[in-house]
Amino acid sequence: MNMTWIALIIGLIMLIMAFAAIYAKKLAVAIIAAGVVSLLASILYLTLAAPDVAMTEAAIGSGLSTIIFFYAINKIRKQSHD
Amino acid sequence: MIKKLIYILVLVGAGIIMAQLFAGFSGSTELSETARYYVESGPEETGAANLVTAVIVTYRGLDTLGEVTILFTVAAIIAFFMKTREQRDKPKRRVSEILTTGARILVPGTMLFGAYIFINGHLSPGGGFQGGAIIASGFALMLLAFPQANLSHKTIRWVESISGFSFVIIGVLGIFMAGGFLDNSILPLGNFGSLFSAGAIPIIYIFIGLKVGAELSNVVGHMHEKQKEI
Amino acid sequence: MEIFQLEYITLITGGLLVLTGLWGIISQKNLIRMVIGFSLFDTGLHVIMISIGYIRNGTAPILDKAVDKVNAAGQIVDPLPQALVLTAIVIGLGVTALMLAYVVRLHKEKGSLNITNFKDLKW
Repeated sequence: MNMTWIALIIGLIMLIMAFAAIYAKKLAVAIIAAGVVSLLASILYLTLAAPDVAMTEAAIGSGLSTIIFFYAINKIRKQSHD
Repeated sequence: MIKKLIYILVLVGAGIIMAQLFAGFSGSTELSETARYYVESGPEETGAANLVTAVIVTYRGLDTLGEVTILFTVAAIIAFFMKTREQRDKPKRRVSEILTTGARILVPGTMLFGAYIFINGHLSPGGGFQGGAIIASGFALMLLAFPQANLSHKTIRWVESISGFSFVIIGVLGIFMAGGFLDNSILPLGNFGSLFSAGAIPIIYIFIGLKVGAELSNVVGHMHEKQKEI
Repeated sequence: MEIFQLEYITLITGGLLVLTGLWGIISQKNLIRMVIGFSLFDTGLHVIMISIGYIRNGTAPILDKAVDKVNAAGQIVDPLPQALVLTAIVIGLGVTALMLAYVVRLHKEKGSLNITNFKDLKW
């Protein structure tokens, strides 16, 4: 039963963060919010007894893809300065 | 206004479709037939304690091969798009001392941890994809701390090609020495639960880990390098 | 209560995430935000797939001292969706990186991230 409550709370935070990812004014905030959604999803996988998937999501979804997003907006910012 | 209405209609339609799909769902209390086969005969046939690894490397090994190929194609296309004139200018902002010192300590440990994860993929959670991703994260940290570091794309390409080639060679060896393509019993299955067990699974997973790590590092490196030219 | 179970809650969370991602894709004008929408869509689909493979009160599909070979079938969750999602996450990163590379390229050509400024294929 405890797991269910944890999943409920994490699910609610995930949905709030997903809305933040779409409606945040600054792009950086939106990207971080998308990373948080991924990180919380990895906790959700752990409660669903999938440690392999949780590891992958934590390393790729919230780590590498956030970094790649930031590299991309950094590049775009530099292009628009020219 | 009319546009917004259309968007909402699309969303409501998708929601109705999804609700229809979910309405037939009932939480299962026992395994399906395929999963039951994997669970009951997986340990005897493959010798891997981690059944997800057994499914990825042997039963669905062809999928994994295709997936690694997709990653290779993605890395190649990104390299093509990001190919710009080489221009090395000095970074405008200096990298902070904390990041440089921290990266010096953390990067080797991160790489070692990635290697540990893909070597133990058949025993504990983890495997080639996770290990490769962790190695690529180590590369990303290194590039953040030392932006002028010269990432040798040639070395990465060699590591990637050799590990991909070995993956296919081991798969073909399975046809001649065992039951079929990517059969892992070309090596003795060994003692269940020990490091040197599960036939060729650890070797295949090491090659997958190196290949995925090289490909993701390549992607990160290309996304980084385009940052240099202005 | 039947609906208050772990797999139902995660299934509904995943479904709502998919809808949020779809809303982001169709309603936003900024290309980067559309890519973020795609990545939310991805995460939602993965959560749905893992929830479908969940067996009530099951543990992770790894055999050790706690889960022995003989009666493993009654104790663990379905390993197949986990294996599929594992590969899908890695491909998702590849697709996201590819989309971002296109976005950077498009910005270089047009100097804008707004989707309404791309009219080359409009007729």
